[in-house]
Amino acid sequence: MHRTKIRVAEDALDANQTIANANRHDFDHAGVAVVNMMSAPGAGKTTLLERGLADLEGVRAGVLEGDVQGTMDADRIAAIHVPVVQLNTDSGFGGECHLDANMVRSALADLPLDDLDLLVIENVGNLVCPAEFKVGEDARIMVASVAEGEDKPLKYPLMFRACELVVVNKLDLLPHVEFDLDRFLANIDAVNPGVRTMLVSATTGRGVDEWREWLTEVPERIRATA
Amino acid sequence: MHELSISSAIVDTAIRHADGRRVASVALRVGALRQVVPESLEFYFGIVGRDTLCEGAELEVEVVGAWMTCDFCGCEWDPAPEPVAAHAALDPSAGVPTFRCPGCELAGARVVRGDELEVDSIEVAEPLAVAPES
Repeated sequence: MHRTKIRVAEDALDANQTIANANRHDFDHAGVAVVNMMSAPGAGKTTLLERGLADLEGVRAGVLEGDVQGTMDADRIAAIHVPVVQLNTDSGFGGECHLDANMVRSALADLPLDDLDLLVIENVGNLVCPAEFKVGEDARIMVASVAEGEDKPLKYPLMFRACELVVVNKLDLLPHVEFDLDRFLANIDAVNPGVRTMLVSATTGRGVDEWREWLTEVPERIRATA
Repeated sequence: MHELSISSAIVDTAIRHADGRRVASVALRVGALRQVVPESLEFYFGIVGRDTLCEGAELEVEVVGAWMTCDFCGCEWDPAPEPVAAHAALDPSAGVPTFRCPGCELAGARVVRGDELEVDSIEVAEPLAVAPES
């Protein structure tokens, strides 16, 4: 046997990117703006979607829920009368800790894309892997809760750098946790200078108007830049 | 955990280029900003490669240091934070990287190097053209 060297020079995630591009093409064709929403487990993504998407005027929104197991999140979204599809990464995907382009592709047929202006993909709760895998989205955002600690942007810069909006949630818990909000915002700015931040409490409703406004404006903004 | 997902992607990429031949080694370039732990990557690569053409293959990881440039003032720099001394661990400014331009303090700097996750080359094992007499 002898060895032959083969030049590859290919991004290791090229295969995922190719499928992501196909998803993007389908989203564009259907005229739907797509937001990939990421966070650690328990940051409040689903609650923010409940508060954000219920009776949203002028925007037909849908949700793709990604979880390792269970339909709890999809059930909650269905309860606010928003079309939702649950994608479980344990069924056929090996219990993946993130959504990738192929998983999202497998769920497209179940989504009424032509009847939507906005699709929010709620990724699996995880601050590392989802940042690596684009799924064909127009915008990537993340939710960080004050219960998680102000050092998180420094520990997970890849995630914080991947996003155009950081929703800081659970502001109502500030009096009860050791969390330096100014330091946290400075840390976010250090890893992703100028990124938009939004201070929210899905529980008390603080900042929810701003969040709903952001969601409402996404489709038009995406169309304008297309 | 993301080393597991990335390892799968590397194995798939290598096999696609191996054209049915056994893969002996894979040379990978990983940018410092990708937060990949090379040892962890090698560990998962060995597991994911089992029962594939990559079984037993060596993974050679080259880490590419990060480098930024600012189009406004021309400044160039490494965004990595200063190494944290043990006694400075409680200093809140410790471990803070610099992605905002240290020259003009504007946002919007570009990553020149450090975002790579590239399979550079592979080595495949091929039988000799003429088998030796036994």
